[in-house]
Amino acid sequence: MTTYFTEDHEWLSVEGDKATVGITEHAAEQLGEVVFVELKDPGESFEKGDEIGVIESVKAASEIYAPITGEVLEANGAVVETPGMVNEGPESTAWLYKVSIADSGELEGLMDAEAYKAFVA
Amino acid sequence: MTFSLTDYLPYDFANRRHIGPSPAEMDEMLEVLEVESLDQLIDESVPQDIRREQTLDWGRPLSEREMLYRIRKVAEKNRVLTSLIGQGYYGTTTPPAIQRNIFENPAWYTAYTPYQPEISQGRLEALLNFQTMVSDLTGLEIANASLLDEATAAAEAMAMAHRVSKSKLDRFFVDENCHPQNIAVMQTRAEPLGIEVQVGNPANDLDVSQVFGAIFQYPGTYGHVVDRTSVIAELHANKAIAIMIADPLALALLKPPGEMGADIAVGSTQRFGVPVGYGGPHAAYMATKDSYKRSMPGRIVGVSIDARGNKAYRLALQTREQHIRREKATSNVCTAQALLAVMASMYAVFHGPEGIKAIAQRVHRKTVRLAKGLEALGFKVEPETFFDTITVNVGALQGVVLKAAVQNGVNLRKIGSDRIGISLDEKTRPANIEAVWRAFGGDRHDEPMEEYRLPETALRDSSYLTHPIFHMNRAEAEMTRYMRRLADRDLALDRAMIPLGSCTMKLNATAEMLPISWREFSEIHPFAPADQVEGYKELIDTLSDKLCQITGYDAISMQPNSGAQGEFAGLMTIRAYHRARGDTDRDVCLIPTSAHGTNPASAQMAGMKVVVVKAAENGDIDVEDFRAKAEANSARLAACMITYPSTHGVFEETVREVCAITHEHGGQVYLDGANMNAMVGLVQPGKIGADVSHLNLHKTFCIPHGGGGPGMGPIGVRAHLAPYLPGHPETDGRPGAVSAAPYGSPSILPISWAYCLLMGGSGLTQATRVAILNANYIAKRLHGAFEVLFKAPSGRVAHECIIDTRPIADSAGVTVDDVAKRLVDCGFHAPTMSWPVAGTLMVEPTESEPKAELDRFCDAMLAIRREAADIEEGRIAADNNPLKNAPHTVEDLVGEWDRPYSREQACFPPGAFRVDKYWPPVNRVDNAYGDRQLVCTCPPLEDYAEAAE
Repeated sequence: MTTYFTEDHEWLSVEGDKATVGITEHAAEQLGEVVFVELKDPGESFEKGDEIGVIESVKAASEIYAPITGEVLEANGAVVETPGMVNEGPESTAWLYKVSIADSGELEGLMDAEAYKAFVA
Repeated sequence: MTFSLTDYLPYDFANRRHIGPSPAEMDEMLEVLEVESLDQLIDESVPQDIRREQTLDWGRPLSEREMLYRIRKVAEKNRVLTSLIGQGYYGTTTPPAIQRNIFENPAWYTAYTPYQPEISQGRLEALLNFQTMVSDLTGLEIANASLLDEATAAAEAMAMAHRVSKSKLDRFFVDENCHPQNIAVMQTRAEPLGIEVQVGNPANDLDVSQVFGAIFQYPGTYGHVVDRTSVIAELHANKAIAIMIADPLALALLKPPGEMGADIAVGSTQRFGVPVGYGGPHAAYMATKDSYKRSMPGRIVGVSIDARGNKAYRLALQTREQHIRREKATSNVCTAQALLAVMASMYAVFHGPEGIKAIAQRVHRKTVRLAKGLEALGFKVEPETFFDTITVNVGALQGVVLKAAVQNGVNLRKIGSDRIGISLDEKTRPANIEAVWRAFGGDRHDEPMEEYRLPETALRDSSYLTHPIFHMNRAEAEMTRYMRRLADRDLALDRAMIPLGSCTMKLNATAEMLPISWREFSEIHPFAPADQVEGYKELIDTLSDKLCQITGYDAISMQPNSGAQGEFAGLMTIRAYHRARGDTDRDVCLIPTSAHGTNPASAQMAGMKVVVVKAAENGDIDVEDFRAKAEANSARLAACMITYPSTHGVFEETVREVCAITHEHGGQVYLDGANMNAMVGLVQPGKIGADVSHLNLHKTFCIPHGGGGPGMGPIGVRAHLAPYLPGHPETDGRPGAVSAAPYGSPSILPISWAYCLLMGGSGLTQATRVAILNANYIAKRLHGAFEVLFKAPSGRVAHECIIDTRPIADSAGVTVDDVAKRLVDCGFHAPTMSWPVAGTLMVEPTESEPKAELDRFCDAMLAIRREAADIEEGRIAADNNPLKNAPHTVEDLVGEWDRPYSREQACFPPGAFRVDKYWPPVNRVDNAYGDRQLVCTCPPLEDYAEAAE
């Protein structure tokens, strides 16, 4: 399993042709207390860069952009129910999507943990 | 005994009443600033090359008594007849208790928008009552805290339907029975959004499979009351959204929109105790289903808890709004009609459901009596069933009847060339009905009878206004105390300076307010015949003329009801200008990152593509980036939107260059007038390169903020744009209407008119100079403790300054919120927070604050800095100190005191008054709690009981 990071502050953990997607600790910290999460339904497909959801805190609203092209396999309903989870465990329990990966070549441009750390430093 | 002349002029309004610092105080302040004179300070602050050439002058400033005499003469030129024109504006009786205790009470009208919830609990409760009232009457789950007027509310609903509809279509159906001004504003707003408006008869012209939404007026403009249940079901089957424009008084008797399945309801609450005022201001409402709440425009009051877990109100779901979402916002709505919404909600509290129902029934019975009389005279009355409005086809007699009506003291509505419309209201007396009969040629006496002609199919059987707040004892004693209790919870200008950057909370002098209560201004229907409104015409013309002299523009449109509405109107004027020249491709609008959030939201509404321009290190517009982006978009450049002085509070020296670049590439310059208070008498936007600006009359020209509205945002334009200013169906018949009424909210224009005459050109100029003095004085006094961001090369600021609190966030963990809430303990409304720079405070003292109040504020800020130092230096815990626990309430005092600082320090920091201490009613409000569990109607009574315990 390899974890990648994007400049839009999302992470994705890849296993074969599937990935789990969420927002980074850094993004969650910047947003502050999250109060609302809107996600797409399973079965919906998207292209890299598409808006695939919204996260709102008391002070900010932020779109979630698709890090790769693919299809929603599962959306994390628990996060929609309890948006505060995003502040607790953005890189663990508060994952947002499980998705299929249409083109693994798109992963190449993404950052690894080290590079992301430098990116937000 | 001998008398000698003094230099004290008791009736010098400008220098003795409006401008805060006395001449002696100003000398002391200039000394602190190390300048010889005010002239020297202004020379250091305002660049020479942008100064106006001639001094501003229209004769000597008037005393208050002279001004009132003059405006009385103007008012007398308006003729107050009984208007039965209807069309969205109806006679109503403002309960005197509400008129005096709300409308004429500075505790209510001088408050700011309730962004700081701890000092705004009173008006937040009143607005929550408004939302509950709207939600009940419309039968929909969630309502907002008011919109500008019914026509813009309808347009907002249309735009909202376009966003939420699952349909991909762009056609929107408008019932031809909507009021003409509603149709006109929807047409204006639809076109740039790519929405095609189809106006027609729902029975024959509506193809539900071809629209994303449809809107119906209820009752219709000619009186028809139609149950829309079946057509709404058909719309839903085609993924389309159904909207109803509903009269709230009619809803006391008629089936509400929610019960017909409507998705959105909008309307005006004017007839709930707010005089017609020649068109405004009044509060419009919007209500919708719970599932669409995040797409609803405007402010929403929600229920949350404070740090002690007690109930507390706050503005909810602010992330929808333009200050956060910018061009992705649900709307550009910022200022709404809070004061008028409060009045309408108090009208409902005052009368209760039985009272409201009785008023509605009485209005209907009077209309039945009128109709029977007309039928007895041989006229055919339409429609067969109605609420308060009937229509009579009189053929060739139209002119004769209308004229006879006026001779009998009554205005009726002219419809087409052969019909007459009549709408009755709460104030209609038997004599008015008899006058109408006489106008129709009869002189009838009838027996009193009880008869209803409401449609059986659309009667209401559900209850409304069931919450205990609408069931108080009807005694005025109780009502008066309720209004007083709410007012006492809030901190308005009548208690303390409100140093909000970019909001210009200056004095709203009582003399300026008096005329707006006069019936010659308040009791005029917006569509009254021209010969009855000569006073208003004179008032608007003379005020426009002065605003032109101030701004250097050539023409003014008074139509926009807020600054944001002015931005939209200005951009639409630019758009129409380009199109008239065949430049249909010009759709790019350059906006600097530092712009107010309404700018990009307005540009988006005007169909423009926003291109963001960077800020330079010093906060100014990055001219090179501006030039590059103008060049890159040369063929498509429509406009740029700049704010001057900049939102950073600096007179940028490059403003002329930015305007020149825009013109070079064929664009027009929109200069946001939010900061006009730094320019009046010194700089004319129309002469430094700008083509259009809005003026916030509710900032610079003394209209009070009303706790979040009313406002007025007229736009000034240079001559080449004048032909493209907004039109109106009831005046010139031209397109482009942006508001329901031709002159926006004219009944509050006497305030700005009075201000201009009381001050004179010289007083206005001096006010600007003192506004700059006051801001520089605060910047200087806080220097050392806090850094002031963004100064001109001379080291001076304009009329506001940005205080950087980020260093204490790093060193002591003290956030800008902590500082803001601690200022509440000191008896202040916090400055603007985190805008235009996150983590900072923007302070605008205005010219009206005397030195003592400025010093009180500075003392409070310096004490806060010392408290932060206590944390920095380890004298007190970072998580348990007066800043983190602010604001402190009486609740904190009565319990066990286990804090590492004294009660004295908690509650009486420098700035706080001992005897007249302002006690916030709640501890710090939990924002996240309220957004996670959204409650936007009055909570059950148990919650009130708990709070009282």
